[in-house]
Amino acid sequence: MASLSDTELKQMSQEERVTALGMRTEALTGKSLYIEFDPDAEERFTYPWAPEVDYNKRTELDTDEMTTTEVNSKIRALMAEGYGTIVLKNPRGKHSLGVGILSRLNLIIEGSLGYFGVGLIDGPNVRINGRVGWSCGENMMAGTIVIEKNAGSTFGAAIRGGDLVCRGSVGSRTGIDQKGGTILVGGDTGALSGFMMQRGRMVVCGNAGKNLGDSMYDGTIFVGGKIQSLGVDAIEAELTDLDRDWLTAKLTQYGMMPDKGVDHFTKIVAGKQLWNYDNLEPNEKKIIL
Amino acid sequence: MCGIAGLIHKGKSSNVGGEMTAMLQALKHRGPDSTGYAVYGEPTEGDYVLRLKVAEAEDMAKGRGIHQVLADRIAEVEAIMQEHGVTVKTKENATEYALRYLISHDGDTTALAEHIEETDGVEILSLGNGLELIKDLGDASDVAGLYGLNEFNGTHGIGHTRMATESDVDIRSAHPYWAFPYNDVSVVHNGQITNYWIMRRQMERKGHRFMSNCDSELLAVYTANNLANGVTLEQSLRNSIEEIDGVFTYLVATKDQLGMAKDTMAAKPLVLYESDDLIAMASEEVAIRAILPQEIDTYDPYDEEVRVWQA
Repeated sequence: MASLSDTELKQMSQEERVTALGMRTEALTGKSLYIEFDPDAEERFTYPWAPEVDYNKRTELDTDEMTTTEVNSKIRALMAEGYGTIVLKNPRGKHSLGVGILSRLNLIIEGSLGYFGVGLIDGPNVRINGRVGWSCGENMMAGTIVIEKNAGSTFGAAIRGGDLVCRGSVGSRTGIDQKGGTILVGGDTGALSGFMMQRGRMVVCGNAGKNLGDSMYDGTIFVGGKIQSLGVDAIEAELTDLDRDWLTAKLTQYGMMPDKGVDHFTKIVAGKQLWNYDNLEPNEKKIIL
Repeated sequence: MCGIAGLIHKGKSSNVGGEMTAMLQALKHRGPDSTGYAVYGEPTEGDYVLRLKVAEAEDMAKGRGIHQVLADRIAEVEAIMQEHGVTVKTKENATEYALRYLISHDGDTTALAEHIEETDGVEILSLGNGLELIKDLGDASDVAGLYGLNEFNGTHGIGHTRMATESDVDIRSAHPYWAFPYNDVSVVHNGQITNYWIMRRQMERKGHRFMSNCDSELLAVYTANNLANGVTLEQSLRNSIEEIDGVFTYLVATKDQLGMAKDTMAAKPLVLYESDDLIAMASEEVAIRAILPQEIDTYDPYDEEVRVWQA
């Protein structure tokens, strides 16, 4: 990576870039998918090959007669042309729309998505005025996704960063394996939400189903309504002033502040009794924690 | 993986055959091995629709002699019907191995069904006043075309696209399953039942018959057993969450009801749309959008949720 300049990377095709970054030479002992950023290079907030887009340059795309692959390819082509605001019309529950966008973009979706909508994103701001199916925003790294209606199960699975917001209710296993970022839910969430959560924050304004926070390693869950039951090693913690300030700021930002404020939220964290951290070697601790 | 779908119109008939085909075709990627329908037309009081198969689709490739074998089986079935005093009003066959009879019968339909199934190679797919159960290999478009389902009018229906995992790709393992011998009761299922053999042996000891090794058939037999003991459909669905192990979402249809149940983990998907005159549900939203392209509100039922709707 360090030996290649941004200009060189930008001029490459995806195939060439993958090879140049060593992703084709994976050895069992190595981490070939790891991109090493050059510490001497200038501060960089996006990938060097990401297109320059202008938020004021706007276009609409009717996806009704298009396949998912065609829609996602067209989004990339429009971004290459500099479009910074793209409106998708008539998605009609298609799966995997808007995935893998690793750049700044305003993506507005007028309708509902199927499975894996806008997953694996790193940077765009997404607004969806319909509903989303299972695994929306899975593995997102940065950006915002705001959904006006309900969402399916495994909402925000393994997200690492960004804000994932659903104004309605979501299904089961919300934020499973969450590694960072924020998940905000205006309504209720189903069973096993926060399962094996590692970092980040989840806020549920309504009720939570059974086994909330089961086997969580770390992270924080705030629930405004009733909790059916807590999972293994999930415990209630004291709501601090810092928590109140953060909840107030975040909920206000997305217009989801409950009338009665934030004092009624229950805070759930990991009891840290399930995982025996003390038996780990120092270098293993470093990897896991 | 498998895909399931259901819809029920409240207080009116509609083209449920065409609607179900559109929904199931949208779910084809969840399982293209076989497709099945249980659609409910206007009840034919006093008359019954009997659908049966006299061979598997693959049997048709077993040489020229198979045609005579099938003719013999059909003759035997018709002789049995005559013996039970059945009047055959119409007879249709979409394929050489799948037949539909409209019959008039005053006697015991259970005795009739059990006697017909004594014929080697014959399986009754459904028997009822309103139920038409059709299943065959291929996607929804293939099956609907073959059996003329796109023009079928009725009040409600359930359907299934199958990805075979635990049993063969054949009609006997395809869904829906009729809850033998209960007229007009059918089941579709998405999931895996982990106490299948324990439950199957329990049901067999009670005298219930199994025609396949597909775990989904257990849900039909289980429902039939509950109904036989006076349990309501809703209570049967609730009991199943306690008594059946595994991950499952399944739909049950009767002459005038449609029900759903989701397991304790909510591990299998279902998206639900409810309005005053139509309820539609499917494994994926894309199937509902196939019949309702306008913007609508849908949601995922939670774990252990049970619902029953009336036509």
